[in-house]
Amino acid sequence: MSLPPFTYDEIEERLDDMFIEVDESVINHLTQFDIQTQDTLLELISKANSTSSGLAYQLCLRLERAVELMEIDTIEMWLDQAIDAFDNKGLYSAVEIFDQLESIANHAKQKLTGIAFEEVCNMLEHFVMGLNGRKLKIETDKNSYTDTETIFLPNMLNQYSEKEDNFQLYKCMVVNLWAQNWFGTWRHELIEIFSTYENPAHAQRWFHVIETIRLDHKIKNELPGIHRQMQRLSALSGNTSIHEISLSIAPHNITANSTAEDSLKIVSKVHHLPPPELHSYAASMDADQVNLIREARIIKEKDLFRNVLAKLVDEKNKLESDESNDSTNEDEHSITVEKLPDPNMPEGFTYELQLDGDPIEPPDGVESLISSIIQDIGEIPDDYLVAAGDGNYKILPDENKTDGTNVWAGTYHEEGAFLHKEWDYRRQRYKKNWCALREVDITSGNTQFIEKTLNKYSGLVKNIRRTFEILRGEDKTLKKQPYGDDIDIDALVEAWADTASGLEMSENIFTKMHKEERNIAVIFMVDMSGSTKGWINDAERESLILLCEALETLGDRYAIYGFTGNTRKRCEVYPVKTFEDSYDDKTKGRISNIEPKDYTRLGVFIRHFNQMFEDVEAKTKILITLSDGKPEDYDGYRGEYGIEDTRVALLESRQQGIHPFCITIDKEGRDYLKTMYGTASYVVIDDVAQLPLKVADIYRNITS
Amino acid sequence: MNDQARALKPEENFIEEEPYYEAIGSEIDIFLAAYKRQIPVLLKGPTGCGKTRFMEHMAWRLKKPLITVSCHDDLTASDLVGRFLISGGETQWIDGPLARAVRHGAICYLDEVVEARKDTTVVIHPLADDRRVLPMEKVGELLEATEDFCLAMSYNPGYQSVLKDLKQSTRQRFVALEFDYPSAELETRIIISEADIDQALAERLVKFAHMTRNLKGSGLEEGASTRLLVHAGKLISSGISPVDACHSCIAQALTDDAEMLAAINELSSSLF
Repeated sequence: MSLPPFTYDEIEERLDDMFIEVDESVINHLTQFDIQTQDTLLELISKANSTSSGLAYQLCLRLERAVELMEIDTIEMWLDQAIDAFDNKGLYSAVEIFDQLESIANHAKQKLTGIAFEEVCNMLEHFVMGLNGRKLKIETDKNSYTDTETIFLPNMLNQYSEKEDNFQLYKCMVVNLWAQNWFGTWRHELIEIFSTYENPAHAQRWFHVIETIRLDHKIKNELPGIHRQMQRLSALSGNTSIHEISLSIAPHNITANSTAEDSLKIVSKVHHLPPPELHSYAASMDADQVNLIREARIIKEKDLFRNVLAKLVDEKNKLESDESNDSTNEDEHSITVEKLPDPNMPEGFTYELQLDGDPIEPPDGVESLISSIIQDIGEIPDDYLVAAGDGNYKILPDENKTDGTNVWAGTYHEEGAFLHKEWDYRRQRYKKNWCALREVDITSGNTQFIEKTLNKYSGLVKNIRRTFEILRGEDKTLKKQPYGDDIDIDALVEAWADTASGLEMSENIFTKMHKEERNIAVIFMVDMSGSTKGWINDAERESLILLCEALETLGDRYAIYGFTGNTRKRCEVYPVKTFEDSYDDKTKGRISNIEPKDYTRLGVFIRHFNQMFEDVEAKTKILITLSDGKPEDYDGYRGEYGIEDTRVALLESRQQGIHPFCITIDKEGRDYLKTMYGTASYVVIDDVAQLPLKVADIYRNITS
Repeated sequence: MNDQARALKPEENFIEEEPYYEAIGSEIDIFLAAYKRQIPVLLKGPTGCGKTRFMEHMAWRLKKPLITVSCHDDLTASDLVGRFLISGGETQWIDGPLARAVRHGAICYLDEVVEARKDTTVVIHPLADDRRVLPMEKVGELLEATEDFCLAMSYNPGYQSVLKDLKQSTRQRFVALEFDYPSAELETRIIISEADIDQALAERLVKFAHMTRNLKGSGLEEGASTRLLVHAGKLISSGISPVDACHSCIAQALTDDAEMLAAINELSSSLF
């Protein structure tokens, strides 16, 4: 028997608990449902409220209409989209999403036959990368067009009744836009040219039509499979075929060899006529967007190209002065380009760099630079072939971007940082790209602290070495093997005796060397938050030193990173020892310099190292966290929120096949540790001397 | 059709018919010169670009037997040199492939040499410098190589981890020949000759290979090799449709990732 629905007063009370004050009508509306629906809807309001009370209020206002139009699942999806928008751009854009209620409801219905952008975007991105040319990103927008670096596609296609056809339409759109980039639609100063016409928009429209015809010819040659699809799709939707459009402008024939310039010529002849309609796969054109991006790129790539040349000339000069021991001998070097046939380029040739007439191997990435320049201009113009002067050479345009600290010094943007998600237990979902993390160098201090520690624990160090040596696993000779390097004389004698007494002779008469190959990678992440100030920080550093001594014995690969942060926008890791660094004085100095700084946003760091582990090839991967076990950050990352995020991050490690292990340095363990560390193993210690032995235990458990 | 497979001793493996090989650069001349001056050769290059075919071709040119050892991570020095076996109550020494090659003046080709265990360098090093001897500790002999003997090995720098890199002391003993995928024109010619298909189809296959090579590093570890193209070409000439042949021979061979597979299949269906 189901319970009676909530009454008006009960609903009002629940909303009051959330500090939400709404119109009578909203509550009245809610009273109409059964108790389960009421509860679900109230939960949704509460979910919105956990993000912002403003958001919850806005949701309440639209709830009636939403229930009318959508299923509960769709409402939740709609709310999630709004929450994402809120996280990224604030309440205003979240309300915008709320206001798209009708179209989102519509969209959800269409999803049954249509195909959504998210379903195909990854595949299309691979697809377009396989086609030649500059790397193109794929994103969604209201219209489909390209700005020469990104292809924009609508977020849903529902033109045909079959899902497959809608997918093919996406593909044809992508190819059409790719062809605009690859076959030189954007090589001319189109805005300038169109502005000479009475009606520039009209001229652009015509240019688009003629270009589409031209590109179709090109695609027919290059990608006949796609061309067939294009024709099939236009027949399906009853569009005029290209052929008929061609006829209407018959005197000015277009072939597969025509260029964008030919198209422009035709525009000048037909622009007074009304432009015909195009097929659905022919996207739109946005010359303004292209202009913006293209101009910036041309300048940037010209600089880059000339810098490359300057470097090449520099190297040549150095080589020559080394040979002749005469530094005054700095001849002028001439750089030229030679046209070479290359069927993979749009015009059928590429350029080879030549220094003083000899072909030179272009450095990494320069080939794609050349290809990009050809795509924009059609050739390598002469003024590109002047090596950049001294002044220019030093300023590389990208230099500022990669330096993490500069980014921070500037505005609040996230360029150059690693972006990580974060788990919000209240919403039961991730906040995407929520934390910005940067790697920051740590300076190396003196090694006094190390020496002091080693003296203090000299007895222990020996002990640790011995414990770890046992772990090392020696080569073992396996006896009585069917196949091996050498003969096992004992086994042979036995076998021979067996044969003599009429038994069957055993085959297992060899010895074989069994090599125990250790293939372990460990990352230690060390808490550098303010709460470790005092004995915990000392304990951390001492433990690290003892551990390093032990791990050097084992010969395993290990890395040490410090971490601290201040809000989600400023998470920092300090590479104390990377996998490549050796355990030398510099590393030791960096260990001494680990000092308490800001806060502990544990989750993001665990995710960062999970990601780092992806590139490490090792049979066993261990992530050891050294902290005081108090996840805390300035912007609400505390209590249950922090604990849950940490728990989920550790769960992700597990799923990735990493063994997470948490060492908490504290006088006594807090009761939430069991929940927080969940699947990960953990220990609480308050004495450094215990640590290496604990770690040896972990090792034994994990690796044997 | 009931002929049994021919059984050969390794040192009798003479290549009788000329293996088809199109030179990319001067690798044939360099190899011949190195052979003449008794310097060992290291072939570098991605999988399926013709390293093994090149070795067969050179063995045919030099009229020497070719002994190929495919190295794996359990291959030890005694697998190369030889071991004692028991036969009729007595131990009997059996030469390993490397010892056979030295003894009979053959070409020994160690394929994917970085995969082998580290202790194999102990026997490779003295053979690879001007000493040209193979120490056979277990029988207490030093086997001196004749001038016919030649040591060659291959390795693929593409997918080596730090753990499996060739040591400097090893690589600096060899003349290195770098192999890469041939130019489009040459690759087309190779496919036509190997798979017996027409020019237009071969050109499309090469174009398709270039598309997959564009994807290298962004989801694919390696693009389609010439070998894969030849496989696809052979199936096509036996009547399989090009799209199906590309799907089975190339796409499936390159990746297991569903989205990447779909993308590669779409690429091939746009071409044919």
